[in-house]
Amino acid sequence: MRSDRAPIGLTLAAIAGLLFLHLPILLIFLYAFTTEERTYQFPPPGLTLKWFEVAWNRPDIWPPLYLSLKVAAVSTALALILGTLCAAAMARARFFGRDQLSLLIILPIALPGIITGMSLRSAFSVMDIPFSTFTIILGHATFCIVIVFNNAVARFRRLSGGILEASADLGANGFQTFRHVILPNLGSALLAGGMLAFALSFDEVIVTTFTAGQQSTLPIWMLNELVRPRQRPVTNVVAIVVFVTTFIPILIAYYLTRGGSDTAGAGK
Amino acid sequence: MTPAVTFTNVTRHFGTVRAVDAVDLTIAEGSFFAMLGPSGSGKTTCLRLISGFEQPNAGSIRIFGEDVSRTPPNRRNVNTVFQDYALFPHMNVRDNVAYGLMVKGVGRSARYAKAEEMLALVKLDAYGDRKPGQLSGGQRQRVALARALVNEPKVLLLDEPLGALDLKLREAMQDELKALQQRLGITFVFVTHDQGEALSMADSLAVFNNGRIAQIGTPAEIYGQPRTRFVADFVGSSNVLPPALTQTLGGPARWSSLRPEALRLTAPQEAPLAGPVTSLRYLGSGTRVTVAAKGADIGVFLPAGHPVPATGDYTGIGFAPGALHVMDEA
Repeated sequence: MRSDRAPIGLTLAAIAGLLFLHLPILLIFLYAFTTEERTYQFPPPGLTLKWFEVAWNRPDIWPPLYLSLKVAAVSTALALILGTLCAAAMARARFFGRDQLSLLIILPIALPGIITGMSLRSAFSVMDIPFSTFTIILGHATFCIVIVFNNAVARFRRLSGGILEASADLGANGFQTFRHVILPNLGSALLAGGMLAFALSFDEVIVTTFTAGQQSTLPIWMLNELVRPRQRPVTNVVAIVVFVTTFIPILIAYYLTRGGSDTAGAGK
Repeated sequence: MTPAVTFTNVTRHFGTVRAVDAVDLTIAEGSFFAMLGPSGSGKTTCLRLISGFEQPNAGSIRIFGEDVSRTPPNRRNVNTVFQDYALFPHMNVRDNVAYGLMVKGVGRSARYAKAEEMLALVKLDAYGDRKPGQLSGGQRQRVALARALVNEPKVLLLDEPLGALDLKLREAMQDELKALQQRLGITFVFVTHDQGEALSMADSLAVFNNGRIAQIGTPAEIYGQPRTRFVADFVGSSNVLPPALTQTLGGPARWSSLRPEALRLTAPQEAPLAGPVTSLRYLGSGTRVTVAAKGADIGVFLPAGHPVPATGDYTGIGFAPGALHVMDEA
């Protein structure tokens, strides 16, 4: 017999699983308001908003925040250009080794970050490239490209050859076809890919530790901060900032790609 | 008069497959020309050679006297109604239709005015604001037609334009396309595998087989005087008779064809062909009776109103002297 309702045991297990995943995040938020600054005591002895003010006035927070935003923005921009071009080539051309190349492009995201980080670090030192903002951006671009590529390649496949031919048939040159047909159909996929890439870059730790040299991005700053004894809730305040900065783009990306099924190929 | 389209010895091969093999073809200006053939016969490749999406490996293609063999699609004054319509899903119907004008740099108000005019032509005046996804198959087909006509092409290409429509709509669109072509006076070239569609719509047609043209002619010529067994078999459901049988019917030792509707059932005595009825197929407008006579299955179209024999009945088949069409080629 079929029933629309899941068995009570399964429902409870699912709820327990979700709570296990998400309660710790709520705890992070909670400790941003605690009055106890040295230990994470539960329940918090009192609640206060002063850590937001303290965080705001701490000069050492701002450079990592700027650096993180800059790295995420530049590597996302790089990824948008290179990832889209890769996707266009993979979706439209047929050449020897295409599938293998496609796998190589996706590899950075499948590879453990520590491997990517180590290999980049050794490559940079072999090539005598000093660690700088530039090297962090290169490191982040490796996985940002994959995100954009994956989003774009799926959309390119749905852009049936028919509408590109129709555009040419009606007199459009290659640029006009790109501008009026490809880009509008690709737009939401690129926006979604860009948002995800930005979010991933903004909270990246592992690859960054191998490629950053003396600079700290915000996640690295947080990691260092956790071992300090004083003003612990400041880290939690920053955690909320990171959470919001990464969660909102991911949410937007989710809504953009969810409705995407009726943007291309609906002419069939 | 310069022909609308001329193929001179055009060959297009994909690897070792000769999709179009040394085709010579002339399409008169203002005609409704059909390219008919089974799938893989080269008819669609021929259409794509005219539109510019394929280029010939050998030979030349002229459109109104101008050699376009190496001209890209966007610089040819021909437009296509694609088989799957290929409407731009992100644009509304008006922008779809105005697209050809937009890429030419025609201003917004002028191109929208023209687009509305085209939409009125295909009776979709009120649909400008809809997206293609909100239209039915028949409506999308009309939008594709309006979009292709907005550039005032010298030749309109239609790739299986009615294939995706249901029977009723298809018949209505056949009449409409024909009327539209006569009104606009543009040369229409359309590809189809449906012989009924080709015969009823075209002024002249080419029957394709294996990358070559088996026969070019008016529908009446193609139907009444097929040159090859292939044409006789593919166009209509003709009885194709081997040389020996042709001889016993008083013809030369060549292949011949007999149209089912040219035959009638007679008394078996003295009939040129006679045998038992092996099957009956009711078609509405009549019945197709299959008779096993002299080693061949002969189909006879019996119009409604005539007495229908039973399976197994022994019957004769008679026909007028001119009905036996002897073919030029095997």
